[in-house]
Amino acid sequence: MLKSISKNAALLGLFAIVTTGLVAFTSTATKEKIVEAQHQALEKALLEILPDGQHNNDLLNDYMEVHHPLLAHKNPQEAFFARKDGQPYAAILPSNAPEGYGGDISLIVGLRYDGTITGVRVIPPHSETPGLGDKIEIAKSNWILGFNGKSLENTSDKSWKVKKDGGEFDQLTGATITPRAVVKAIHNTLKYFDHNKEQLFRDSYALQHPKKQKQP
Amino acid sequence: MSDYSNIIKDGLWNKNVATVQVLGLCPLLAVTGSVVNAIGLGLATTAVLLGSNTVVSLIRGGVNDAIRLPVFVMVIAALTTCTEFIMQAYTFELYQILGIFIPLIVTNCCILGRADGFARKNPVLPSILDGLVMGLGFMIVLILLGAFREMLGQGTLFSNMDLIFGSAAENWSIKIFDNFPGILFLALPPGAFFGLGLIIAIKNIIDDKMDEIKEQKASPVGIRSKRVRVTGHIT
Repeated sequence: MLKSISKNAALLGLFAIVTTGLVAFTSTATKEKIVEAQHQALEKALLEILPDGQHNNDLLNDYMEVHHPLLAHKNPQEAFFARKDGQPYAAILPSNAPEGYGGDISLIVGLRYDGTITGVRVIPPHSETPGLGDKIEIAKSNWILGFNGKSLENTSDKSWKVKKDGGEFDQLTGATITPRAVVKAIHNTLKYFDHNKEQLFRDSYALQHPKKQKQP
Repeated sequence: MSDYSNIIKDGLWNKNVATVQVLGLCPLLAVTGSVVNAIGLGLATTAVLLGSNTVVSLIRGGVNDAIRLPVFVMVIAALTTCTEFIMQAYTFELYQILGIFIPLIVTNCCILGRADGFARKNPVLPSILDGLVMGLGFMIVLILLGAFREMLGQGTLFSNMDLIFGSAAENWSIKIFDNFPGILFLALPPGAFFGLGLIIAIKNIIDDKMDEIKEQKASPVGIRSKRVRVTGHIT
């Protein structure tokens, strides 16, 4: 009895070691490739909302974690900064629309330094209704492009709403809650950027160039 | 030889995972919104099934009944995790779309089912074949369902195929209907139930027809035959 138990235990342990070893091996073997794939996907997503050719810094490595109630993230998320000859040019901020129909909707918002939107994209996964709320995805409809060129200056606070609520943004057929949440999140992101942009660009610059900082 | 052809028939038709055993419904219903998703999940499932059948068959002598299930689960979990890593490395966007359903392959009953029901009792070669055709059978149903839902739910076919087949497949997308708003019902999970029901029904109709033909062949009504069969089947 005892013998069979210990034999089985040893066998189970052996299999645990072998299978874990296999997983560890695959993990190590694919690690670099995965990081590369993530990097590429990120680069593709970022350049899509920030038309290339204007900035000349390494956008992917010029980032800083941000966390603020207006951005509505549960955890700090990375913001990316584009500079032209060292001068602030544009930023890509992470944002979150917590009031989506199916909960959180992650967004990235591209902003020129003057506060004009260059592009917005929804980051999968989200839980909006397929066929209705998921039209916020660029793959499903062009709705999200309606934000391009908008800013706090050319669109008043009252207009940062869907048409149904008296604003100037289209709602989607059969889905009002989703666009309402996204419009609100983007409006909040603009307000955040407007208040904090100088600080953001300064802090991220300091983060990227620690040596140039003068020691007190 | 007939053994192998039986395995193939079973996997693709007689014991098809999706239409006869009706296993693995969770991913089947969740990711069949488009053909590319269906192929992605189908390939991943087939790979895991193939691997687990092979490994289980190889170790079948050394594992006794008391611990066989935990061992099989470990093997399947390890293979699934490896598949996940590999998909993440080489088909990153597809991996993002399929999301949670890749790790959930572990819980697909058909994999443990084939390990325990077939590979445990059979030599390696038949087990490999069994894993392959069972996976293919599952994938075929996934693709049928994906095509059906993509056509009527979105009005396209083979969109985004470049996620699996690279940039060569970028132009494979076919627009079936222009300005087609899509039938929302079919894009949502209930549409998958509906589609799977249809596929099973069609399979059953074909099975019935085949049986009829077989029966007629087996008992040709001769000129002199006077017996009339009223009930039952010919055994």
